[in-house]
Amino acid sequence: MNSLTDAFFGAFQLILRADPTLLSIIGLSLQVSVTAVAIASILGLALGSLVAVSRFPGRGLVIAVLNATMGLPPVVIGLLVYLLLSRAGPLGAYGLLFTPTAMVIAQVILITPIIAALSRQTIEDAWREYREQLASLGVRGASAARTLLWDSRFSLVTITLAGLGRACAEVGAVMIVGGNIDGVTRVMTTAIALETTKGDLPLALSLGIVLVLIVLAINILAQSLKSFAERRYG
Amino acid sequence: MTKQLRLQALGVVGACLATIGINAANAQERFITVASTTSTEQSGLFGHLLPIFKKDTGIDVRVVALGTGQALDTGRRGDADVVFVHDKVAEEKFIAEGFGVERIEVMYNDFVLVGPKVDPAKANGRDISVGLKRVADSKAAFVSRGDKSGTHAAELRYWKAAGVDLDATKGAWYRETGSGMGPALNTASAMNAYILTDRGTWLSFKNRGELAIQVEGDAKLFNQYGVMLVNPAKHAHVKKDLGQRFIDWVVSPAGQKAIADYKIGGEQLFFPNAKPPMKKAA
Repeated sequence: MNSLTDAFFGAFQLILRADPTLLSIIGLSLQVSVTAVAIASILGLALGSLVAVSRFPGRGLVIAVLNATMGLPPVVIGLLVYLLLSRAGPLGAYGLLFTPTAMVIAQVILITPIIAALSRQTIEDAWREYREQLASLGVRGASAARTLLWDSRFSLVTITLAGLGRACAEVGAVMIVGGNIDGVTRVMTTAIALETTKGDLPLALSLGIVLVLIVLAINILAQSLKSFAERRYG
Repeated sequence: MTKQLRLQALGVVGACLATIGINAANAQERFITVASTTSTEQSGLFGHLLPIFKKDTGIDVRVVALGTGQALDTGRRGDADVVFVHDKVAEEKFIAEGFGVERIEVMYNDFVLVGPKVDPAKANGRDISVGLKRVADSKAAFVSRGDKSGTHAAELRYWKAAGVDLDATKGAWYRETGSGMGPALNTASAMNAYILTDRGTWLSFKNRGELAIQVEGDAKLFNQYGVMLVNPAKHAHVKKDLGQRFIDWVVSPAGQKAIADYKIGGEQLFFPNAKPPMKKAA
């Protein structure tokens, strides 16, 4: 009980003190996750909407694979990216292992399937509704996908936020490919894991509370932007 | 539509540039990557040493803290410039395979057997063999790292020296966690079990619960650390000169003094014992 109250108290102290080390860890967390989500959104929305509006043999299998890859364990993705980027691996010459770039790559692989699978469903529902209308206007293929993406933009914000939540909360992959190097690749989740291993459970939990508050703030911001836009342009 | 896409693209390009910017800025700095063990990182030794080294040489050191087995593998794959670990047998194998240039002894610390304050196995004493034999005989709960780390290798050697055949006797009382020193200590603390740990991690560990040191001071418990440059002949990109400067520094009088100066609660954690260099480094 005592450590729980300690943890909450500690979290507020951490925020109030605005410790520069903590701020740089938070900064890196956001930078890595937001970059990964931005790239994954472009890839995922393009892939999801194209699968939604096209019909081809094996489409059912593609959808099943997309849905299944949402459940890829981060540690497995981490290992895969580690082996690719390691000096002994195929992309070793670039020296990307243990850098923030490696963490972004791992998170893009983690989040793209989530955004693709969820947006595929959303776009497909919209497509069912507007298919004939679009067909009568001669809009099909990629341009139909673009039209439907724009039309479903408010639902897609939520999907992107789901991706961001996953990115910010993930520890297994970034630990392996980043190495949790102090001042270089240490992010919120790996710092929490480190404090846990040091047995400083209240500090670990405090950091966890700070992380939850940051993610909450981002979601509130996105939510208010969305409702503002809906009122204004929706 | 185009407006949204343009905005999104702009954001992505900006974020990518920012990330590349970080990497580029880092590339201009002089840094080496050291694969080391959780005991040196989590005890705070590197936090104490590296700023002094940076001040002396201007070189940044990026530490990736792993178990000894994993740290050596990181060196084998060429993902580190220097390996700084504590398992003599494994280190000599690393050198024999040609992955390391030369193994240089730096310092030692010691292992301690930690267990419940009430000591149900009556393991308390100065002899690690006697202590472990009593733990096995009484089948008191024991937590093992079970992760091929240097500490795990040492634990297995101590069981052998104690005349305990683990394969024959291990049962529910012997729990392999397959985790690092800290997580294993958290497990032992929650289960009120015996565990072998290095003193540094124990001293900086905060979640001790009902655990206390039961065996310490046995000469067999000394734990030697070695440092090795990853062989540039195997991995051409290894930062040979910067890595060698780090090695030369930790065994120099300045580096050895910095190691001896590191204390937690007035207790010295690591005892420098580098031999005076045979050949003078430039």
